[in-house]
Amino acid sequence: MDILLQQIVNGLVQGSVYALVALGYTMVYGILGLINFAHGEVVMVGAMVALTVLQILLAAALSPVLAVLCSLMVAVAACMALGYGIERIAYRPLRNAPRLAPLITAIGVSIVLQNLAMMIWGREYHAFPLPFSNGLHELGGAIITDVQIAIVLIALLMMAGLMLLIHRSRFGRAMRAVAENSSAAALMGVDINRVISATFMLGSALAAVAGFMVSANYGIVHYYMGFMLGLKAFTAAVLGGIGNLRGAMLGGVVLGLIESLGAGYIGDLSGGFFGSNYQDVFAFFVLIAVLVFRPSGLLGERVAERA
Amino acid sequence: MSFNKISPLLVLVVAVISAGCGKTETQVAQPKDAGELVVKIGASAPLTGPQAHIGKDNENGTRMAIDDANAKGVTIGGKKVRFELLSEDDQTDPKAATIVAQKLVDAKVNGIIGHLNSGTTIPASRIYSDNGIPQISPSATAVAYTAQGFKTAFRVMANDAQQGKVLGEYATKNLGAKKIAVLDDRTAYGQGIADEFVKSAQASGAEIVSRQYTTDKAIDFAAVLTSIKGKQPDLVFFGGMDPQGAPMVKQLRALGMKTQFMMGDGGYTPKLIENAGAAAEGTYASLPGVPLDKMQGGRDFATRYEAQFKQPIQLYAPYCYDAVNVMIAAMQQAGSAEPAKYLPELGKVVHDGVTAKIAFDEKGDLKGGAITMYQVRQGKWQAVETMGGVAPVATH
Repeated sequence: MDILLQQIVNGLVQGSVYALVALGYTMVYGILGLINFAHGEVVMVGAMVALTVLQILLAAALSPVLAVLCSLMVAVAACMALGYGIERIAYRPLRNAPRLAPLITAIGVSIVLQNLAMMIWGREYHAFPLPFSNGLHELGGAIITDVQIAIVLIALLMMAGLMLLIHRSRFGRAMRAVAENSSAAALMGVDINRVISATFMLGSALAAVAGFMVSANYGIVHYYMGFMLGLKAFTAAVLGGIGNLRGAMLGGVVLGLIESLGAGYIGDLSGGFFGSNYQDVFAFFVLIAVLVFRPSGLLGERVAERA
Repeated sequence: MSFNKISPLLVLVVAVISAGCGKTETQVAQPKDAGELVVKIGASAPLTGPQAHIGKDNENGTRMAIDDANAKGVTIGGKKVRFELLSEDDQTDPKAATIVAQKLVDAKVNGIIGHLNSGTTIPASRIYSDNGIPQISPSATAVAYTAQGFKTAFRVMANDAQQGKVLGEYATKNLGAKKIAVLDDRTAYGQGIADEFVKSAQASGAEIVSRQYTTDKAIDFAAVLTSIKGKQPDLVFFGGMDPQGAPMVKQLRALGMKTQFMMGDGGYTPKLIENAGAAAEGTYASLPGVPLDKMQGGRDFATRYEAQFKQPIQLYAPYCYDAVNVMIAAMQQAGSAEPAKYLPELGKVVHDGVTAKIAFDEKGDLKGGAITMYQVRQGKWQAVETMGGVAPVATH
């Protein structure tokens, strides 16, 4: 029983990260109808920037809490700039091109970012220096660490904040308007370019936070960490219904749980025929199953809801 | 009409074929002038990806041996020789490894130092064998590598059967483990060493309570380790490399598990300690050979390596250094750097290396290699015990 509980805790932690990254995919898709495959790389850049800043600040003997906050803030700022830059350079010139063109560009941006990161930060695994000890807590037989608690709480807070922003603010209304019908929104005086840029920056900020969380949780950063995470988060977005914000959050958590429970029990269930090395495959089974049986995703039917 | 169309094409084809024939006739590394012979040493290891730090370390070790040989002014068959290094990235990918192998063969290398992983070494070895190019792997430990019957395949490291046996015995007899969980990364190396470990541990009376798998790209092991936790093992063995080993032991401790953690040679790196931090404390790993600081040549090598590359040795650099020197020794004995001429000598050569006294058995495996167990103590790898085989002559 406590093993099952532990797997659920693992899944929730993993799922919170997927959810944050999936939001970035789904927001951009909602507005532009574009799958921004470079989004996973933004997560990686966030983690790398945070690593560098954290190393510098810790070497300068800044207090740990301040160092963590500063590095997170710098990472968020850097990713927002990166998100803005990607949209401005790679997607805006292709906004009216056939849909395949920006998709290919997105993959290109992803490869460019990976290789740039490899050149700047090197190709090895870096240890992510977490300046405080990561305490263990017992929760009805399951163990959860400080970092994992922080991940779940911060993810919840960020998601709540995002929902407020989109449903209660003027800017959120502009976003929803552009998502629903961009030309009509433009006629009503909404500055579409600004809204799109802001959406990219918002998504990238979430990605930076996710990158920080992943690095703190695993204690490891490397230049292609964003690739698989990006694909999983994309799957989570599709699972929840791409373009739907609540769907992305739900999809992320559900995918985290599926992976965790799947990897934990597949060996026993299949009598050892499938092993836990198939962990990464679950996400893609889910992707195929969703596309075949429910292409609109779990919460995908309410198109008007998309941001 | 059609003849007119075809004939230029035909001429071209004939020209290409004859040019091709001309090329194959010019033999490998003919002397440029009477004075100097150029010998190309091909090397391959992952220079990108999660194991890039180990691959780069291999390249460094190989480069040092080649620089040393050039500085010393080696002569082969009375001619002064200049060695050239051709280093290629195989990305730990078996497919990429065969492409790299073909590229090196096409570049007419005289010998190969590589590859790093068993999973890349095995498919590449067929290509080297087909072209008659001697290959010494510094680090491929899968039994299958030298069991294919290729005359060109050698290694300067104990294989998985030798290493897995020692690891299994150490886990059960020295550490008293009765219930053991085993994980591997499903590569030729990880799977091989884990299987040999299982055999040996079971022979010593331990029970394998869980057999789990991951990949050589994964960093999340929470789900697998949780299911292992349910089986309450005394010891967790992981067959794989440090990019997975470090986060694995970290997550093991984060799940509140206090079991022993053990790896093969893939775990014995400074990077494992750096990336796992305090969680690495107490981890066991094995490495063929006696500890480097017990060998006179080994100490010198470590000092010079650190001076040249401004970093500690990661893992196999000394083995690469030895592999190059064994190859050169064979070339000198044969008086020729031509693969066909020096290959027979490679089987006979005895070389005092920095890792061990190196001689090959009839399969191309290292003869009587000792194996040393290491443990992380106070944030450093410390040699615990040297076991197995006939210990090579340590020159103090």
